[in-house]
Amino acid sequence: MRRLVLILCLLASPLFAVQPDEVLDDPVLEERARALSEGFRCPVCRNESIDESNAGISRDMRLLVRERLVAGDTDAEVTQYLVDRYGDYILLNPTAEGANILLWLAAPLMLVLAGGVAVASVRSRSRSKDVAALSDEEQARVEELLGR
Amino acid sequence: MITELGHFALILAALVAVAQMVVALVGAHKGWRGWMAMADPAATVQLVLVAASFAALTYAFVVSDFSLRLVVANSHSDKPMLYKVTGVWGNHEGSMLLWLLILVLFGACASWFGGNLPASLRARVLGVQAAVSVAFFAFILFTSNPFERLEFPPFDGRDLNPLLQDPGLAFHPPFLYLGYVGLSMAYSFAIAALLEGRVDAAWGRWVRPWTLAAWLFLTVGIALGSWWAYYELGWGGFWFWDPVENASFMPWLLAAALLHSAIVVEKRESLKAWTILLAILAFGFSLLGTFIVRSGVLTSVHAFANDPERGVFILLILAFFTGGGLALFAWRAAAMEAKGVFGTVSRETALVANNVLLAVSAFVVFIGTIWPLVIELASAQSRWVFAGGVFANPFYAMGLFDGPEQVSVGPPFFDAAFTPFFVALSLILPVGAVLAWKRGSLAKAVKPMVPVAILAVALGGLAFALQTGRSALGPIGVILGVWVVGGALMDLWLRTGRGSVASRLGRLRRLPRADWGKATAHAGMGITVFAVAALLAWEAEDIRVAQTGDRWQIGIHEIELAGVRDVQGPNYFGEGADLIVYRNGREVGHVFPEKRIYPVAQMPTTEAGIRNGILRDVYVTLGDPQEGGGWAVRTYIKPFANWIWGGSILMAIGGVISLTDRRLRVAAGAAKRQPKAVPAE
Repeated sequence: MRRLVLILCLLASPLFAVQPDEVLDDPVLEERARALSEGFRCPVCRNESIDESNAGISRDMRLLVRERLVAGDTDAEVTQYLVDRYGDYILLNPTAEGANILLWLAAPLMLVLAGGVAVASVRSRSRSKDVAALSDEEQARVEELLGR
Repeated sequence: MITELGHFALILAALVAVAQMVVALVGAHKGWRGWMAMADPAATVQLVLVAASFAALTYAFVVSDFSLRLVVANSHSDKPMLYKVTGVWGNHEGSMLLWLLILVLFGACASWFGGNLPASLRARVLGVQAAVSVAFFAFILFTSNPFERLEFPPFDGRDLNPLLQDPGLAFHPPFLYLGYVGLSMAYSFAIAALLEGRVDAAWGRWVRPWTLAAWLFLTVGIALGSWWAYYELGWGGFWFWDPVENASFMPWLLAAALLHSAIVVEKRESLKAWTILLAILAFGFSLLGTFIVRSGVLTSVHAFANDPERGVFILLILAFFTGGGLALFAWRAAAMEAKGVFGTVSRETALVANNVLLAVSAFVVFIGTIWPLVIELASAQSRWVFAGGVFANPFYAMGLFDGPEQVSVGPPFFDAAFTPFFVALSLILPVGAVLAWKRGSLAKAVKPMVPVAILAVALGGLAFALQTGRSALGPIGVILGVWVVGGALMDLWLRTGRGSVASRLGRLRRLPRADWGKATAHAGMGITVFAVAALLAWEAEDIRVAQTGDRWQIGIHEIELAGVRDVQGPNYFGEGADLIVYRNGREVGHVFPEKRIYPVAQMPTTEAGIRNGILRDVYVTLGDPQEGGGWAVRTYIKPFANWIWGGSILMAIGGVISLTDRRLRVAAGAAKRQPKAVPAE
């Protein structure tokens, strides 16, 4: 009985990320395949790339990536090939097109904005009153008084 | 019976919280001392009642009372006792009760240790704290009651998700919640200060330890979660930029910013308004994190729309406390006049830069996390379900949106958009940390750091020369790590002043603990930055089909599959492999990866076999049996993996050291009523 449950579970349990039989013989192509797979989302999982995912569809996509690479596609062509079939949704690295431009610009814009406010406030603060620094003699005197 | 008592205690505590909120806030507003004083016993009573309620729920799990719906859904009589107990918070209802328990614990602490606060400020802090707990009492009692009974109790339960049956994850939520909820103290102090219209150095001295405590719990919680992911999920990843992880990371970043800006308030009475704003935002992000995790909104907007009750409730709590706090801030912040002035080159300015970088990096994480939701809400196909009706999308109807229907924002985006901020932070940290207050000299601060910089670049160059491949990631990690750790040590050394080496060494021991805490935490960050870069740059991987007796090479290690056997646990069974690890031809140990099946939950899990080392982990997972015989085996070499969590723990230890500083102990000692015991946390 236990065996039966085990077998059923193994059948039901999806495959386990990249399988040995998927690995390409050419190490350079394989490395490109791995790097590419890390950028594609598994369409049926929660926030997993097809490289990490156990789902059947991810295995199909991994095999597709390798097939295209062996056929001589460039990385960009492979990406386009998959996007044409599965949609923009599979790109873990969103394209900088359309509304997504806002996403990519958000960080630099916010940095400029926050940095600008900070610089303005620091400058106005330092200008409001003259802050005299201690000269070296005064610094020495302070340390002497503090018993250092 | 015990269950009903627990339920009753929870309702009673909710009523006490309402009374505490109203009486304390009205009393403070009118200046009625008797009303204000009511908040103290009320806070303690709330804690006692919620603790009793939590104990009742724990009891139900321990004795496997399957007449409780929650116990049936999340427990099983065969489950080990540890996981029966941790199962209490391994589910939505129980974890919200834990959230609440920690919230009222912090409230009671504010009352116990708040003896030296002005009476009206203390009453307001406790009043705001009670307002937050009222919202969560209502949430639990109306939408997530853990004490619901079943009409027909089954014979046994459905077991806890096997992934959660693990020591790393068992203690991950309590630490995370201590952090999330700890930030409610900063929030209550901020709101109370806005109501009072006054922020001074004493306020800063009060807020900082609470923020520091919250931050260090968050640090431990996040490190535990990351460590768990590393050994449990089966491929040794430690951070995935998952929405749920980001939910804990955003408050961490803002808490880090807050505890730095509170130093400026405390020491220089400057940056007051900004610190208040940060305190409101930090807790706002805690609530946002709770919303993200509890509503499931980011898994799928549609799942959320189908069962929106809980999500909408938390969204209302989030909107009320964040929006209300920000509105109050806009109204009263002008009253927070800065006293301390500072020059353009000063420690204050360095801390402002720290705050800008941390806050903007939190914003980056925020926008990346919610972006898929924004696109989905704005896209054509989405229909808005609101108040029972279904509406066409107004953005699309107005022709404002034209673009992809669904997008994903994953690790490549976060790596690219977030990393620059931490590189910049690491670069300015050592110099900023030794700049003088008020007005410093850049030359004076940079000079002692020159040897550190030379050492960092030299070691980075060495790493580049020694590594195989031309990747710059590893060497950059080495440079940043050595620069930050060396800078922290140099900072300590500079604090000893002038004189002979012997006398400076003697003074080193007598330095305030705050200095030691600062250096320890900074060094911890340097180590984590280095370790993350080193692991990503120098990791090695091998995937193969192995027969018993096969031996293969990976780096300087060789691995041999000695055999695969059946394993049997208390509530699982499966297969385990025995692999021998050789280094330079010599046997150094065994690893035992397993594939487990939890029959009740019908879930398979993988247990990695890890040989922990100081410089590298050997990490092996067992895959499926192959048709032609043999097993799929994946072997990884994970260099400096343990340093990631080691550095994080060092950061937390730095926080603990800083909390024991004399300044804070003296402040606590000045309390009118001495606390008798430190509450267990």
